[in-house]
Amino acid sequence: MEKIYGRTKFICEDQVSGFCPGCMHSTIGKLIGEVCEELDIIERTFLITGVGCCGLHMEYVVCDNVTAPHGRACAVGTGLKRVNPNSVYISYQGDGDLASIGLAETMHAANRGENFTVIFVNNGIYGMTGGQMAPTTLVGMKATTAPKGRDPKEHGYPMHMCEILSQLTAPYYLERTSCNTPANVMKTKKAIKKAIQNQLDGKGFSMVEIVTSCPTNWGMDALSALDFLEEKMLAEYPLGVYRDRSKEEV
Amino acid sequence: MARVLMKGTEAIAEAAVRAGCRFFAGYPITPQNEIPEYMSRRMPEVGGVFVQGESEVASVNMAFGACCGGERAMTSSASTGISLKSEGISYSAAARVPLVYVNVQRGGPGIGTIQPSQMDYLQATKASGNGGFRMIVFAPATVQEAVDMTYRAFELADRDRNPVLVLSDGVVGTMMEPVELPPMKTEEELAAIKESKKEWAGIGHPIGKRSWIEPGTWDTDRWEKANQWNASLYETWTSEYTTYLLEDAQIVIAAYGISARIAKSAIDDLRAEGVKIGMIRPQIINPYPYEAYDEINYDVCKMILDVEMANPALHVVDVEKAVKDRCPIRTCLRSGGNVMQKKNILDAVKEILKEQGA
Repeated sequence: MEKIYGRTKFICEDQVSGFCPGCMHSTIGKLIGEVCEELDIIERTFLITGVGCCGLHMEYVVCDNVTAPHGRACAVGTGLKRVNPNSVYISYQGDGDLASIGLAETMHAANRGENFTVIFVNNGIYGMTGGQMAPTTLVGMKATTAPKGRDPKEHGYPMHMCEILSQLTAPYYLERTSCNTPANVMKTKKAIKKAIQNQLDGKGFSMVEIVTSCPTNWGMDALSALDFLEEKMLAEYPLGVYRDRSKEEV
Repeated sequence: MARVLMKGTEAIAEAAVRAGCRFFAGYPITPQNEIPEYMSRRMPEVGGVFVQGESEVASVNMAFGACCGGERAMTSSASTGISLKSEGISYSAAARVPLVYVNVQRGGPGIGTIQPSQMDYLQATKASGNGGFRMIVFAPATVQEAVDMTYRAFELADRDRNPVLVLSDGVVGTMMEPVELPPMKTEEELAAIKESKKEWAGIGHPIGKRSWIEPGTWDTDRWEKANQWNASLYETWTSEYTTYLLEDAQIVIAAYGISARIAKSAIDDLRAEGVKIGMIRPQIINPYPYEAYDEINYDVCKMILDVEMANPALHVVDVEKAVKDRCPIRTCLRSGGNVMQKKNILDAVKEILKEQGA
């Protein structure tokens, strides 16, 4: 019988995922793996993992890896890619990593148009440290450091990274997707593939922001978290392409 | 080779280029601005990369990334900027990444002053970041030494896969002196260096042979082994120092870097007056040359004078450890960005002589 679907060889065969039930990190890891396999670049790919749950991927992938200091993945990626332009560098960061502690590194790598690929996983909360408020936490959403919920008077408003980065001239490709439905999973895969292909073509900074759920720290079961994502998260974080310079090229 | 007149910071940058440094990231801070400025001109000439980072934090992490990628890379800063770099330095030590960096010391703590000082001694030698790691730390007293030490720093960083610090100061960094520059590494030599890092460098590897540059882990036993491995690496290091007129010295000055150079001219004046005085000058301050102080004739020597541009005295911590109560220790200090004057040392020595009834 012909095998038409299997586990990507990007993921180690002897590892069992430690991600929580309903977490989308494993789905995204699989998508990155499938894309790298389809593009035949696994053996020249280096994954720069952010701190927190993102860092769990280091145990699961077959490709080269470093866990960057918290928030610094885009700075580390700048150094790596500039000295090895033929290797493929993918930073994989959460919202605390990319939009809070690493905001400067993210903004400036984007502004320089660094030629690597950023996968930004936005679940509106700090995962591994146990549910603290993130820069992307929704207004009213409870966190262990905002027990009464995010209050704009005290905490400000959720930050929209695709929109913010789209104010810069240099970024080549910025898209926000989700993994809440099979259709969106396929769209996410397409976006990841495009973001990595841009790097292979030397086009510059490409980021895919993926809106995900964190049932554990949202205090929900996996299915309720999907509903919350659809109703609340996607209302705050509209999906779509925020920058695609390829559309401007003739 | 012909000697050239160069400013300390620019000579350090050129020495790095000649050692094969092909990536530099830095952020402006006085008194080391000429290093990034020089690199911005020089790197493109040798096919290297210069990036002005958005901060010290970003710069050190860019250099960390370039080192992860198998390139010889460097960053530099001054004092308060070095504090910001401590994250990337600690990560380099944790992940066994051969980062070279330069601190052109200014007055501290905090933003302090932009003028020269030696206030970062303890940070440089004892704790340049979290986690109890150690580094080889060079302390140049001349521009020539700054050149030679920077050149060697890359060799030692690669040998040990551990960060190396060149601890300069605002005097050595900003003065001009004639220097003999080391030979430029050839393209073949650079290719061989990069090839030697191919197994672990983050460039992509065949499945099953991944490079895992690991600044941390979930596995406590593995990390304890890493700690033990590092501790045993540190044990293999040896220090370096010079002595000056030590044999019959009744007073021995203990000083490193620019303070030692100023002290030497004070010693020459005092010797001309018949004062039996000498000096121990550590050139590598971590590991510290404690053994140097065993060369002192304690039957003759009645006082150690620690001379440094820091207040409170910092270098004296290691001097005390080395002397082991064999002799009293006194300090001669300037700080705040005020440079040690020969007169300060002469006055301190004369005070000691007066007390001794000489």
